[in-house]
Amino acid sequence: MNIIETKNLHKTYKESEIEVHAVRGVDLSFEQGEFTAIVGPSGSGKTTLLNMIGGLDKPTEGEIIIDGINISTLKGSKLIDFRLRKIGFVFQAYNLIPVLTAKENVEFIMNLQKRPKKERIKRAEDLLKAVGLGDRMNARPSKLSGGQQQRVAVARALASKPMFILADEPTANLDSESTRNLLEIMETLNKEENITFIFSTHDTRVVNKARRIITIDDGKVLSDEKK
Amino acid sequence: MSSFKIARRNIRRNKRRTVITAASIFFAVFFAVIMRSMQLGTYTEMIKNVVSSYTGHIQIHKKGYWNDKIINNTFPENTELEKTIAKIPEVEKVVPRLESFALASFRQLTKGSIVIGISPEKENNMTKLADKVISGNYLSKTNKGVLVAEKLASFLKLGVGDTIVLMGQGYHAATAAGKYPVKGIIRLNAPDLNNKIVYINLSEAQDLYSAPNMLSSLSILLKNSDDIKSVKTAISDKINPENFEVMTWEEILPELKQAIESDNISGQFMLAILYMIVGFGVFGTIVMMTVERKKEFGIMTAVGMKKIKLAGILFYETLLLGILGILSGFAVSLPLILYFSKSPVPITGDVGNTFKSFGFEPVIAFSVNPHFMINQISVVVVIVLIAYIYPLSYILKINPVKALRN
Repeated sequence: MNIIETKNLHKTYKESEIEVHAVRGVDLSFEQGEFTAIVGPSGSGKTTLLNMIGGLDKPTEGEIIIDGINISTLKGSKLIDFRLRKIGFVFQAYNLIPVLTAKENVEFIMNLQKRPKKERIKRAEDLLKAVGLGDRMNARPSKLSGGQQQRVAVARALASKPMFILADEPTANLDSESTRNLLEIMETLNKEENITFIFSTHDTRVVNKARRIITIDDGKVLSDEKK
Repeated sequence: MSSFKIARRNIRRNKRRTVITAASIFFAVFFAVIMRSMQLGTYTEMIKNVVSSYTGHIQIHKKGYWNDKIINNTFPENTELEKTIAKIPEVEKVVPRLESFALASFRQLTKGSIVIGISPEKENNMTKLADKVISGNYLSKTNKGVLVAEKLASFLKLGVGDTIVLMGQGYHAATAAGKYPVKGIIRLNAPDLNNKIVYINLSEAQDLYSAPNMLSSLSILLKNSDDIKSVKTAISDKINPENFEVMTWEEILPELKQAIESDNISGQFMLAILYMIVGFGVFGTIVMMTVERKKEFGIMTAVGMKKIKLAGILFYETLLLGILGILSGFAVSLPLILYFSKSPVPITGDVGNTFKSFGFEPVIAFSVNPHFMINQISVVVVIVLIAYIYPLSYILKINPVKALRN
């Protein structure tokens, strides 16, 4: 069953008075448990597509149906609330909250969901252990390496028990060792807990791990292959 | 992790930003408190000088006396009225006086003078007149004698033990004339009064002016000058307005009130400029604090934090910076004003002489009245809240995609 569907998705924006067609008529669907990489050159529209699926950006035309809800119609706090409950994000630059420790960063999302404190603490600890940071729970982001920060970001994305996780070039700033570790963690989570991951990436290491590869260029889907 | 806790950590995170913002608020509070304390303390001292040295906070006269200060505009001494007024809880002292003009003579010299009939004990309780005696003795209830102001005595070339002659017009055109031994010489702060005042026992004055049991005024000293309006109303309710007029020191000395008011306005204007400068400083740092964290705000909204909650974090941060500035400002300024309120700064030289010429103690006094301090806190809080409008509108308009791209 599809958990995400995009129908005739378009996104046009103006950059220095020039109209840019970032996404042109994309029709895609994703099922629970997928491990999908969206690939394409810089400026091909991957991040814009991911932002629209994540409800961070609005399509100029078309629909995005997530769990049966057309999120293009959601606005303001309803949309924020939808993101909080259904979608996990992993960003290229980790984007942790600098004043919070690793555990507090993971707890933060559950705190927004108003989960009980006991549950929050347990889940944050379990997730950090799962991403191999059981001994760095009380470290602030500035005391963690890039790879460690990105693993905290994955734990944070999982904390809200989202329907799927969107990862925008999650390995772009990582060295080989950290990339391998991160991919192993995400793959394990995908296989063992059936968590859906959708990546936008240039990284061949990510592409090699993905079981579905969608190639985009010039805002259009060029190919959609399942391994 | 509460919004408050995140705000607190953010404040600690960027120490330089925190120090700059808190320091601008600190200086505003420090200078405002010192300036205002000095200004209000000096006014209070001026008023205290005038009120406790002669006028009292409130005076009661026969209706029409203030416009035509003649001996015929006096009223019969009424101990019941005095007692009724003294019973008003806010009233501290009630002092009766009979005041009129007379020519004061000694040997070949004569000068116009103001003769004030007083009840020595009551007068001293209010004005500490006995402390102003520079030679001789203070008056007692029974002795016949006068106290002569220093400059008048010097003009007439008389001293303690000499006999002064007072001549004038008495009640209903009777002749007022009498000779009195000089019991003491007094030094009054105000040069004008120091040139012409003669104090005499109240009963002697009533005899001199053929006005037995008559008074020209009842001067009333209050426990707290803030109660003037309410006590005036209370007194007005207890007396017949057809026969009496009740006046506050502000009505008796409108020129002093105006001088204080105009100085107060210029002081407030200076404060407004100070606050404006500081306001821009605070606003600048808050704008900086907001804009440089665009990406952080973008992440928070992207992962599901509602904008209103994010605005709450910034509100706490702004408020904490304000509180930090206010507390440090008070921590430094309060001990200073407490010290100087106990030990006023003496003014010397020409400025000091100018103070003396107006009858004021030549000192810079400091006020520790909590009202003005609360006002300063309120102003700073309002500045901080105005400065908060920017981050609030910034957060409400933030677009997570653009912010993340930052």
